[in-house]
Formats: sequence, C-alpha cells, structure tokens
Amino acid sequence: MKLETNRSWYQKGIRDGIPIALGYLAVSFTLGIAAGNLGITAFPAALMSLTNLTSAGEFAALGLITAGAAYTEMAGTQLIINLRYFLMSCALSQKLPANLPFFHRLLVSYGITDEIFGIAIGAGEKLNPFYTYGALTVAVPGWTLGTWLGVVSGNVLPQRVLSALNVALYGMFTAVIVPPARKEKILAGMIGVSMAASLVFTYFPGISQISSGMRIILLTILIAGAGAILFPIPEESENQTQDQPTS
Amino acid sequence: MEQNIYLYIFVMAVVTYLIRVLPLTLIRKPIKNRTIRSFLYYVPYVTLAVMTFPSILTATASIYSAAAGLVTALILAYIGASLFQVAVGACGIVFLLELFL
Repeated sequence: MKLETNRSWYQKGIRDGIPIALGYLAVSFTLGIAAGNLGITAFPAALMSLTNLTSAGEFAALGLITAGAAYTEMAGTQLIINLRYFLMSCALSQKLPANLPFFHRLLVSYGITDEIFGIAIGAGEKLNPFYTYGALTVAVPGWTLGTWLGVVSGNVLPQRVLSALNVALYGMFTAVIVPPARKEKILAGMIGVSMAASLVFTYFPGISQISSGMRIILLTILIAGAGAILFPIPEESENQTQDQPTS
Repeated sequence: MEQNIYLYIFVMAVVTYLIRVLPLTLIRKPIKNRTIRSFLYYVPYVTLAVMTFPSILTATASIYSAAAGLVTALILAYIGASLFQVAVGACGIVFLLELFL
C-alpha cells in the first residue's frame, strides 16, 4: 500500500515537474550561452548546473570564475545569493513526516529550488519525498542539458520561444499561491503586500540597489514575521493549554 | 583563468547544499511555538509572491506580453486549473502575443 502511494506521488511529481523542466531548459540555455561567451566549456558548465541546481547563484558564479575571484569570495557570494533556500528548507521541515529517514532528507534537500519548493508547498498537507523525486527526474535533466546545449549551440532558439518558456516558471508560482489565497483572506492580503513591497524594493531609488537574493530574504522575514505576530495560525488540534498571552 | 574551475564548482556546490540540507536534517520534529509555526507557514507564500512580482514583467521580450501572461496565470489559477495548465496557458498567451507585438 505504501509502495503504491509512493509510486503515485512519484508520477504526480513528474507531471508537475514537466513545466519546470521546460522553464529550466529556457533559463539554463541562456546560462549556457553566457558561459560559452565567457570561454567556459560545455562539460564544466553542465557539471556546475547538475551539482548546484540554482540559477541566480550560477549566473553570479560565471562572473566570479572569469574574474579569477578568490574561493572564499565564491563561497560568500553563494551563501548570500542562496540564503533563501535556508528559509525554504526550514518551512519544508514542517511538511515532512517527523519519522522520515535521514537519507530521504538528504535527497529532498538537493531538490530545494525556488520552483520545486513551490510545487511541494502546493502538493498537500504533508510532503511525500517521492513527489520531489518525480519533479527532480525531469527538472534536473532539463536544467543540465539546457546548460550544455546553450554552450555548444549558442543562439539557436528564437527569442520568442525562450521568452514564452520563461513565463512558465512564474506561471507555476502563481498556480501555487492563488488557490490557498482564495480560501484565506489573510494569505491573499499578505501576498498583495509582498508583491507591492517587492515592486517598491525593485524600483525605488536607493533600496533598488539591494540584490534580488537579499530582497527576497529581507521581505520574507519582515512580512512573514509581521504576519506571524499579527495573524498567528490556529493552534494545533491537539488539546494544548495555552497559558502564554499572545503577544 | 588562474584558478581551477572544478574547485570553484566544488566550493559552490558545497555551500549551496549546506544551506539546503541543514534545516531539513536538524529540524526533525514539528515545531510547537505558535509564532514560529505561523512564520514558517507564511514564508512560502511571501517568498513566491516576491519572486513572481515584478520580475515576471521583465521576463519576456515585451512588458505587454508579460502582463498578459501574468493575468492569464492569475485567472487560470483562480478558477482552479492545474499547475501544468496554468504554466502552459501563460506560455501560450505570451507566445501568441509576441507573434504580433
């Protein structure tokens, strides 16, 4: 019975992973073109994509590699750009079954990308790791092969196709956040505030200097933090006596 | 390039993986504190909203096609279309519009 559930979650993961793979193909293709232009060959570029599975971090790395930056600088840059995964991993820790074996945690961690995290949040109360594995099965080849192809073939796909595929990833984020926001007014409000704040942080002089990775972390901590204080979620159904005043 | 590219890739991969793996392996029990639970409940929605907007508007060749893609995604998601349908619908609109723009 358990096996059967795992299989169906795996298949669902593959299905939901297909739009991710298509979006990844477009983005990593652009990444590959950029790598090729900087003189990085196909094998290391594809290896970087396979082992890192992150767009912003890899784009930043291209510049650092060609500049011959120090390894510590590379480590620091990756830490700052990818710190949002830390928050995602914290959030995901509450969606995994508490008794989930360690090796599943190691594997699921590899798959914490903006997109796979996004669909995992949308996939029900608890996360079955096989859902993530399904998504990874299609998304990782998309990301890695796209990088490879970008380096070896250069600009062969028309801009129009890349442009349309780019939107797939944002479309998925929308598909994850809208349905729960329909049911919960507070969530809808917080999503609206988040988008407005993100707009301000992107274009307002001065604060627009903040990098996109930092912007995501700052706004997430501020807005989700404010939400947690102002609108705490209901207590768990287990009868817990709440003797602390809600601050 | 003075430095070794494979060493760069190794450094990147280790840092990025540690960021991803530490919370998931260290936090293995349900958190009881209500404020932290609420915070973690809101994190994904805020993060995804911040990542989507306004970035989506500059993701395509024209802001009009991007805006149409966003509106299409919002409508499809609102009426309960699946992840795949929303993604393909938004892509399709952008592709069609850019044939004319």
